[in-house]
Amino acid sequence: MRLLMSIPADPPTYLSWGWVSVSVPNLIGILASVALLLLALLLPFPTGHEDEQDES
Amino acid sequence: MSATPVGGSHASPPSTWIGRLRTKLEDTLPYEKLLPESQPSYVASWIYVFGVLTLAALAMIIASGAVLAFEGPAWYHLSSVGLFFNSLHFWSVQLFFTFMGVHLVGKFWMAAWRGNRAKTWISGVVSFVVAVGAGLTGYVLQTNFDSQWIAFEAKDGLNAVGVGAWFNVANVGQMALIHVFLLPAVIAVIVVVHLLQVRVHGVVPPLDAEAVESARTARAAASIEGVR
Repeated sequence: MRLLMSIPADPPTYLSWGWVSVSVPNLIGILASVALLLLALLLPFPTGHEDEQDES
Repeated sequence: MSATPVGGSHASPPSTWIGRLRTKLEDTLPYEKLLPESQPSYVASWIYVFGVLTLAALAMIIASGAVLAFEGPAWYHLSSVGLFFNSLHFWSVQLFFTFMGVHLVGKFWMAAWRGNRAKTWISGVVSFVVAVGAGLTGYVLQTNFDSQWIAFEAKDGLNAVGVGAWFNVANVGQMALIHVFLLPAVIAVIVVVHLLQVRVHGVVPPLDAEAVESARTARAAASIEGVR
């Protein structure tokens, strides 16, 4: 029991809009995943040496 | 006295099932396909990186999980090195699901089941579902108040669908065995099958790959004409 009591158990903050309820850590995870997907689609990929030779 | 090859040669079809299996493997997945040195140009995009990122996170989960399994809950809750490995395991899982989610969504919008790749898509989705089970059993194994809360919330749900008697999230021994042995073994097998399927059929091209390639060819031809 002393072992269990030494482990912190802080409940997360929840955000609610009508029937939608999400914890702040989960919301951060969802937003980070969406941002990662968009960045993966939009950011240019570094080109290799072969491409540079082709362009010259 | 000359040595005769056992099991026949490639000229005649093999008579044993091992020989037939070898011939089929050689035809389906030659070494050039299994370990390719180059990929098509469309693979040079960040969206194609998330499969291997998921694999890297999985390797970190397995390595840190092996350390946790040997040392036990008292060590990973109370010692500084144990807390580090506990966090390493937890954050590897967060990254694993993030990378896997982006990989899954990216492949869904790419219609990655095109070109006879339906089984590759299915094995990927099945590995995701099994990984969710591994995640749940991991959460209820944390041995803290969080795990108690999750276990008894999940118990209500699992009882409601009628599987609570066989899959008992309140039974820490059952959860430990499922999480540490059964599900990692299942995930490892599915991931290996998924990777071999990707090697057999190749990486799926983007939806507009043909248009991009033909435009690139047209530009190259126009620049050559310009030089002349």
